[in-house]
Amino acid sequence: MKCKDATRLVSEGLDRQLALGERVRLRLHLFICHYCTDFSTQVRFLRRAARRAPRLPKDSG
Amino acid sequence: MSAPDGQQLAEYRDYLLRYALYRLRDEAAAEEAVQDTLLAALQAKEGFAAQSSVKTWLTGILKHKLIDAQRKLSRDPLQLDERLDEDGSVSDFDSLFDKTGHWGSDGPRTWAHPDAALEQQDFWRVYEECAERMPKRTALVFAMRESLGFEIEEICQNLEITATNCSVLLYRARMSLRLCLEKNWFGQEAR
Repeated sequence: MKCKDATRLVSEGLDRQLALGERVRLRLHLFICHYCTDFSTQVRFLRRAARRAPRLPKDSG
Repeated sequence: MSAPDGQQLAEYRDYLLRYALYRLRDEAAAEEAVQDTLLAALQAKEGFAAQSSVKTWLTGILKHKLIDAQRKLSRDPLQLDERLDEDGSVSDFDSLFDKTGHWGSDGPRTWAHPDAALEQQDFWRVYEECAERMPKRTALVFAMRESLGFEIEEICQNLEITATNCSVLLYRARMSLRLCLEKNWFGQEAR
């Protein structure tokens, strides 16, 4: 699997249940690719960040 | 618990307004969304299920009003860079990958303590700058999915786009936000 395709699958995996074949190929790729592993961690972090943003300065509660 | 009356509903106005402002960042649009919410709540009191709190119930209505409002705010023609290839392929980020489709020299780096960044004001300044670089519709889809937690189907329906387009816009949003944060925050930090 190419990194370009892996990043698409990582992204789609946040929005829908990946098919078994997709999951297997993606796992195998992540196992050998530290770039895509970091990418996967980072887009999950973006989700946590987005849940808290945007914040208005005067928003206190 | 009985359905709340107008007086009780009004008590939640400030909270709802804060919530709406937080999401829309447009005072007039936020006011309008809250008015619509309270009006809808008054008209649909029987829809209030006693097991949910008034606040939860109102927030639920408001979320739907916010979609309408965001749609109105974004109702300008698609920007050039938001046009989609019919087959859903994405070429905007090709420069990040080499000829074989693997990360080039500019591949993702490991971010040190990302969650600690969430507690830093400076980080949010960078985050907002990065978020503002996204084209409007891309930003809207991203916010609906990631900030408000809507499912893809709901987003497609509301914005009248296909599931493929939706997933492409989300991919672009994630790619660009990730890259921008890495360049302007996490990359700096790792000096």
